[in-house]
Amino acid sequence: MNDATTVALSPETVLQHMKQAGVTDVVWLPDSETNWLYMLMKAEPSLRLVGVTREGHACSIAAGLYIGGRKPLILIQNTGMMESGDSIRGWLHGLHVPVVLMVGYRGWTRHGVNSDTAATYTERFLHAFDLNYYLVETDADAPRIAIAFEEAERLQRPVVVLVGDEYHGFNR
Amino acid sequence: MMHTAEMLKVFAAHRGDAIVVPGRGGRHWVKLSTHETLDVPVGDPAMGGHAGFALGLALAQPKRRVVLFDSEGDILMSLGMLTTIAEQMPTNFYHFLLDNECYATTGGQPVPNAKNVAYDAIARGAGYPRAFAYDELEAFAHGLPDIMAEPGPVFVALKVLPEVENSPIGRRSRWQTRTRDKVLQDLRSELGVGSAA
Repeated sequence: MNDATTVALSPETVLQHMKQAGVTDVVWLPDSETNWLYMLMKAEPSLRLVGVTREGHACSIAAGLYIGGRKPLILIQNTGMMESGDSIRGWLHGLHVPVVLMVGYRGWTRHGVNSDTAATYTERFLHAFDLNYYLVETDADAPRIAIAFEEAERLQRPVVVLVGDEYHGFNR
Repeated sequence: MMHTAEMLKVFAAHRGDAIVVPGRGGRHWVKLSTHETLDVPVGDPAMGGHAGFALGLALAQPKRRVVLFDSEGDILMSLGMLTTIAEQMPTNFYHFLLDNECYATTGGQPVPNAKNVAYDAIARGAGYPRAFAYDELEAFAHGLPDIMAEPGPVFVALKVLPEVENSPIGRRSRWQTRTRDKVLQDLRSELGVGSAA
């Protein structure tokens, strides 16, 4: 996996899965790799983008959107997810919000030794906050995004998609 | 300064069919409301999030007014939310702020720079097209009809008397009349958007 013969996860694939899942609103804060996806989302008339200034805000906004009848997606980076711990606990778990969080896995590598503490603590955080997660690195992994949406709905709880190779194969 | 319960009595006459997120005014609002299934007293899921929650409701239900009674302690944790709200510009969003100048539920310690913060100016600076501040109930009662008659988003800072609690959380009397899950189920049912967990 994730060598020169694989196809990096494309923003078009991510957008396609959002639309298939019926996402109506993307609550997000840009990370270092999502600008291509941002441009696609901005051009997509079926999506509303709600920009936040701190990732924890995305949790309460998503909760309100869901309770009000919309289908939000949260798009943030792992650093911001860790900052959002209490909001994930209170607003997402506490209100049983079946939302998918697409989380950029900054620092993730399957080659050599991780040198970024953002990656070091990401999966430990997910375990601590009882968040199921699916790692997606290439377009071949993309069906996991649909699995995450289905699981969130079935269990009425937040589910994380870790984006381990963000849209252009920067880990290669 | 005004008493929160008296302020909410004034507001109740102008509520109409709005969704009300009573925030830290919940203990008084549950005794005043005449449309319980449109009330969303979710307690305090995580401090600082009420504005985001109410914004989400407003965006999801654009044909219905959403009224939030936020607190200064909450909004100080999430001032950036004001820019998000202003960017989204929900015309159905009415954002009231209960400013008692302290953290009342932890014993009454003052918030930073408690007596010198102009929250209406912050909201206006963040992009709210209308923002007001009231120290006295009479002036608020006079201004409220116009506030509610115009589209949002609007921000209204209210100086309220602190109601300090200093007993351990486990010994405090409950004011909620419904569980949080029931509150959410009732609202979604009222809005016709399916069932919550």
